[in-house]
Amino acid sequence: METKLVSTLSQAISAAGLTDGMTISFHHHLRNGDYVLNLVLAEIARLGIRGLTLNASSLFDIHLPLMQHIRSGVVGKLQTGYVSAGIGRHLSAGILAEPVEFRSHGTRAADIAAGRVPIDVAFIAAPAADCRGNCTGKLGRAACGSLGYAIPDALHAKTVIVITDTILPYPLADWSISEAYVDYVVQVEEIGNPQGILSGTTQITRDPVGLIMAELAAQAIAASGLLKDGFSFQTGAGGASLAAAAFLKEIMLREHIQGSFALGGITGYLVDMLRAGCFRQLMDVQCFDLDAVSSIRDDPRHREISAIHYAAPGSRGAVTDSLDVVILGATEIDTEFNVNVHTDSAGCLMGGSGGHTDAAAGAALTIIIAPLFRARLPIITQHVTCISTPGTSVDLLVTQRGLAVNPAKPELARRLQAAGLPVVDIHRLKAQAESITGVPRPVPRGSRVAANILGRDGAIQDQVMTLPEEG
Amino acid sequence: MPELIQCATAGTMESSDAYVEIEPRENGLEIQLESVVFAQFGEDIAQSVQAVLLQQGVKNAWISVNDRGALDCVIRARIETAIRRARGETP
Amino acid sequence: MIRSLLFLPGNAPNMLIHGGDLGADAVIFDLEDAVSPEEKDAARILVRNTLASLPLSCQTVVRINGLDSGLWAGDLAEIVPRRPNALMLPKTAGAADIRQLEQAVAALEAEHHIPAGTVGIIPLLETAAGIENAYAIAAASPRVLGLFLGGEDLTADLRCPRTKGGKEIDYARQRVVCAARAAGVEAFDTPFTDVQDSQGLLDDAKYARALGFSGKAAISPRHVQGINQVFSPTSGEIAYAQAVLDAIAGAQGKGAISLHGKMIDAPIVNRARQTLAAAKALGLVGGKTDGN
Repeated sequence: METKLVSTLSQAISAAGLTDGMTISFHHHLRNGDYVLNLVLAEIARLGIRGLTLNASSLFDIHLPLMQHIRSGVVGKLQTGYVSAGIGRHLSAGILAEPVEFRSHGTRAADIAAGRVPIDVAFIAAPAADCRGNCTGKLGRAACGSLGYAIPDALHAKTVIVITDTILPYPLADWSISEAYVDYVVQVEEIGNPQGILSGTTQITRDPVGLIMAELAAQAIAASGLLKDGFSFQTGAGGASLAAAAFLKEIMLREHIQGSFALGGITGYLVDMLRAGCFRQLMDVQCFDLDAVSSIRDDPRHREISAIHYAAPGSRGAVTDSLDVVILGATEIDTEFNVNVHTDSAGCLMGGSGGHTDAAAGAALTIIIAPLFRARLPIITQHVTCISTPGTSVDLLVTQRGLAVNPAKPELARRLQAAGLPVVDIHRLKAQAESITGVPRPVPRGSRVAANILGRDGAIQDQVMTLPEEG
Repeated sequence: MPELIQCATAGTMESSDAYVEIEPRENGLEIQLESVVFAQFGEDIAQSVQAVLLQQGVKNAWISVNDRGALDCVIRARIETAIRRARGETP
Repeated sequence: MIRSLLFLPGNAPNMLIHGGDLGADAVIFDLEDAVSPEEKDAARILVRNTLASLPLSCQTVVRINGLDSGLWAGDLAEIVPRRPNALMLPKTAGAADIRQLEQAVAALEAEHHIPAGTVGIIPLLETAAGIENAYAIAAASPRVLGLFLGGEDLTADLRCPRTKGGKEIDYARQRVVCAARAAGVEAFDTPFTDVQDSQGLLDDAKYARALGFSGKAAISPRHVQGINQVFSPTSGEIAYAQAVLDAIAGAQGKGAISLHGKMIDAPIVNRARQTLAAAKALGLVGGKTDGN
């Protein structure tokens, strides 16, 4: 049998024919434990290749060495779905001459599939692979579960290089990406740090305000008319969203409601709901914790899906379009219900849509959970710093002082009121918050565009300016 | 109003709090201000610092406020506490 | 109507500023045990400013330092002008304690042109002496809104272990309820201290309600919902109370009235009125009540 194993990363890069100005891509399933992006860029820099476009489904602080490659000209353009705060600071300071292009996870997948964002070489970190490129995230020392975000890259890049630290005998049966799409396989010592892969946000909040909001959100779902057999659900991994799922579970078990599926980034809490009989299926584009990883490996009801299947606009079947309810977060929301998840209130990049925009666009009921203020910063603004998800796809804001319903959804408001829930005008909530915090002054902006935020239609939906120049 | 007789601090560096340091000085006021919400509330905080100093009759001091996103009533409380401690007041 | 009272540490801005949003009928800003000796001044000023500038949707109580602390008069000087609904006096041992506090409060009210009697008093009974003097304490001043039982310090004074089952405070609980009702004031139960045990909290609260307490304290926001639930009239209780009053209304002038074969007498009618008044105050029923 002929293997696709290449002994070094450098040989694989050369064999792929990577030259100046091409586009390379990475997925983020190893999150803040990913070693592969840094390894590959270091090798590319050594080979003297310059002016690349880097397309990564998300970037984390572990990828900060990338900033050096931008300064030295190895990378000239960035396309991504999300950046951590550490990366965001550099981008907002204007490290790139050209604006970063942000796409939602679904839009990224659609654009790659349609060739609007051509990928020359996809570097796919795989926790386990065989010598011909069948690979999976379910096995290996750096197991991360689903590889959903890597699948469009594997299907549509001109050249696909699988990078793994665990080679298993051929054929690796339960592959996520099959050998049919893979050109080269490289074994490295370690693709990532398991501690950084499954870290962070998947704890139910202990913040009492978060719990108040979570319970209100669950009550709103129960009152919406959507919570019945066949119910489908997605929630972010933020503490209050997870707590809402826990309250929802209580309601579903008490009322004997069996949902059809839960979607998205999957956490142990959704796995618990599956096992308790709240859902028939989990549709998993990304695993957030160890419970999710072992569940997707062992439970046939827990299915891996690609980013295309998850959320791609214009595809033949995106699961987000079948969603009943999604619960999401916000750093800001304005009185038109536009949501910002890209920047902080001072305008510095520190996040991104990820699947926020896609799930909001698809779900019958899109709920944003956000406190009236964080520290001294009010969350409801006149105009968000950046429109990440347009208000037309947001139905309900849940705060600790009540629920604000998008005026375009009068029927929802009626249902919530009939259930005795505190429905309040969003302007009133804004005024209440400002009476506590004071009215924030407008924040100065720099003169250059740091990021273009592309909508699901591919057009520029908003722009994020650089931070003001020093002095 | 009694004079400041010693250095003092008040508050913490926790979120939603402010950490205030104060030292007696001979000639005039020197105010140092840092804040995680400086862009949005820097001027308001500076005004509050001035207001508490005036109300407490402090004319000569070095005062540093490190604000961690505290509400105005919290910042004012921390400044007043620091001043009263610097005067040697006991609770 | 106070079902739940939530303790908030007096020197923690992050807790204080959200206190009104946690669902409790009353918050207790604590200047006593939750504040270390070197931060007493800071907490006092912080609580004063919070009361002055953050309008809360719930009632406000401030637990001041005890009469033996040397701190209480200073607490009062800062706090009373900001008009909390009540001051909680720790380790209240007898009626004289209440009269001493009342004098100081009245003087401050007068000095600051606050209507006399604005600031109430909630004696915290947490010593053997306090329990034995419960009625005298409750009746010592019209400012007393209710008696508050503190089980932790009490068991230390009784020299017995504090247990989850709470048998050791049974006598104190019943005495506090009886004294409070005799004086026409409310009775508030000691907090349940295992924050993780939500079933234990519910059981403890149900027991307290069954003894006659009007509400219960919480040391964690997580206990507030459960306490509110237990101390609210149930839909069955509301329906029965309504049926009692309907039966009365339907039997104008007749002597003996019965409902479901049981005689309805004056105490039952009073009880029904209280239930409906509570239900109405909590928004659990519409306007159709006989609450007078």
